[in-house]
Amino acid sequence: MTIARVDRRPHRSPAVSGAAGGADRCDVPPRRRRGRDRLTALGFLAPLVAYLAAFYLYPLYRNLDLSLRDYTVRSFVAGDAPFSGWDNFSQVLNDPTFGPALRNTMVFTFVSIALQYAAGLALAVFFNRHFRLSTTLRALFLIPWLLPLIVSASTWSWMLNSESGVVNYALHLVGVPPVDWLTSPHWALASVVIANVWIGIPFNLVILYSGLQNIPGELYEAASLDGASGRQQFRRITFPLLRPVSAITLLLGLVYTLKVFDLIWIMTKGGPGDSSSTLATWSYQLAFGTLLPHFGPGAAVGNILILIALVFGLLYIRVQRRQEA
Amino acid sequence: MKSPASSRRHTAVGLLLTGIMLFPVYWMLNVSLTPQQDMRKSPPDLFPLHPTFEGYRAVLHDQMPYLGTSLLIGLGTVAATLVLAAPAGYSLAKLRPRGGGILGLALLVAQMIPGIVMAMGFYGVFLNLGLLNSWWGLIIADSTIAVPFGVMIFTAFMSGIPDELTAAARIDGAGSWRTFWSVVLPVSRNAVVTVSLFSFLWAWSDFVFANTLDGGGDLRPITLGIYRYIGNNNQEWNAIMATAVVASVPAAVLLVLAQRYVAAGVTAGAVKD
Repeated sequence: MTIARVDRRPHRSPAVSGAAGGADRCDVPPRRRRGRDRLTALGFLAPLVAYLAAFYLYPLYRNLDLSLRDYTVRSFVAGDAPFSGWDNFSQVLNDPTFGPALRNTMVFTFVSIALQYAAGLALAVFFNRHFRLSTTLRALFLIPWLLPLIVSASTWSWMLNSESGVVNYALHLVGVPPVDWLTSPHWALASVVIANVWIGIPFNLVILYSGLQNIPGELYEAASLDGASGRQQFRRITFPLLRPVSAITLLLGLVYTLKVFDLIWIMTKGGPGDSSSTLATWSYQLAFGTLLPHFGPGAAVGNILILIALVFGLLYIRVQRRQEA
Repeated sequence: MKSPASSRRHTAVGLLLTGIMLFPVYWMLNVSLTPQQDMRKSPPDLFPLHPTFEGYRAVLHDQMPYLGTSLLIGLGTVAATLVLAAPAGYSLAKLRPRGGGILGLALLVAQMIPGIVMAMGFYGVFLNLGLLNSWWGLIIADSTIAVPFGVMIFTAFMSGIPDELTAAARIDGAGSWRTFWSVVLPVSRNAVVTVSLFSFLWAWSDFVFANTLDGGGDLRPITLGIYRYIGNNNQEWNAIMATAVVASVPAAVLLVLAQRYVAAGVTAGAVKD
C-alpha cells in the first residue's frame, strides 16, 4: 500500500488570481461572490466529509467504546455493556502474551524494513544503469507487491512446508537439514519476515529508483573524472543525496509494516504458541479468533496499535513537511 | 560510454535477479499444474512435466461465484471511490475551502490506521445495522482503503491544471459543476485511471474486511474462497494454487496494460517532483 499526500504547490500568483477575478465580472457584488464560492467549495467536499464521519470516525469511535466497556456477545448485540474504564487496557498489558506480541511486532517491523530497504536500494542502484531490458525487468519486480496478500501468503506457506516445501529441498541440496519453518517456534517469525520482505522490496525499489533519477548525472561524471571509484561514488554522492527519499521510504515502510495482519494470519495465525503473534494478529485473535470473543481486550490492543502507528505517522508527516519547506 | 559487453553482463545479472525474485510466482504456477499424487514427491518436480488441469477444473467448479463477487465488489469500490474522491480533490485543489489543510492532514492520518482496527469497528457498526454478510457493506468497508488515497491523488493532479483553463470555462458561463464535469475531469484522465486501478486492486485483494464482515454471506469474495480451500482440504494444493493464479490475473493485467500508472501510484507522495 502507499500513502499519498496532497501536493503543496504555491498558491496562484496574485496577478493570475486578479485577472481571473476581473474576468468574472458578474453582477454579484464581490463579497456575496466570495461567500458563494466558499459554499461551492464546501458542496464539493460535503460527500467526503460525511463519508469520513460515518465510515472512519464512527467505526473508530465504536472501537474506542469497545475498549472501554466490558462486552460479552450478548451485550455486544444489545449495546448495554457496563463502562469499565481502563480495565481492558490493564488486562491486556498484564497478559502474558503482551510482552511477546510487542517484541514480535518490533522485530517483525524493524527486520523487515531493514532488509527491504537494503535490497531495494541495491536493486535501485543496479537498475539505474539502464542496460538492455532494464525497464521490463524493473516492471516485473513489481509483481510481488501487486499480488493479493492471500496469494503470496499461501504460496509461501507451501514453499516453506516442512516435508514437501521447495525451500527445504533447496537447503537439502546444499547439505542443510530441513527446517520446520512454520511449525517451529524458533522459525515462525523468521518465515513471515521472509515473506514480508519479498512483498516489500518492490515498493522500496520503485521509490528509491525514482529518487535516484533526481540525482544529476553530472555529479557522477565529475566524480569519475576526479577518479572516484564506484563505491566512493555511492558513499559520497548517492547515499547522502538520497537521504530525504530514504527517510520517507523508511517511515512509510514503518507505518505500513506495523499494520501487517493478513500475511501473518494466513501463514501462522500468530503461532505456534505466541511465537509469531504481533499486536495486529493478537488483537484479531482476541476479538474473532476464538469461539468466545473478547471484543473489549481485542479493541484495546487495536487502540494501542493505532497509538504506535500514529507516533511514526506524525514523525513521517513532520519529516515530509520539513523537506517541502 | 558503456561497452556492449558490460551492458550484456548487466542484462544477464538482471535476468538472474528477476528470476530469483519471481521464483515464488513460478512455483505457484508449477504447483497449480502438478498432479495430486506428485504433490508430496521428494524431490519435487521443478517443471510441470506431467501437467494436469485438475486444479483449474476445481476452480471452475468451486470458485466462479467467488470470482464474480470479487469483480462486483471491486467495481463497486471503484465507483464509490471516484464519486467521493474526484469532487473532493477538485475542491481542495481549485476552490480552496476553509479547513482544507486540516482535511488533508486527516486524510493522511486516515491512511495510517491499521485495517484490523477499522474491521473491528465496522463489525460493531454493521452488526447493529444488520449489514454483516452483505456485498455492499463490504464495498463500503473496502472503499475506506482507497478513498483517502484517491482524494490525495486527485488533489495533487488537479493542482497542476492551469487556473487559466478553469477561468476560461467560467468566462464561457460554466458553473462550478460544469467546470468540474466538462473541463477538469476530462483533463484528469490519468488520475482517474490511477485511482481506479488501485481501488480495484485493493478491493479485489482485501482479506481483513472480507474475513471479518462477510464470513457467512452468500456472496463471498475470492480471497475467502482461497482461505476456505486452505482450511478445508489442506491437501489439494494444485487447486489452491490454481485459484491463487486466477486471483492474480487482475494484478498481471494491470501490470501489462497500465504499468506507468502503477509506478505513478506507488511514488505519489513519496518523492517530490
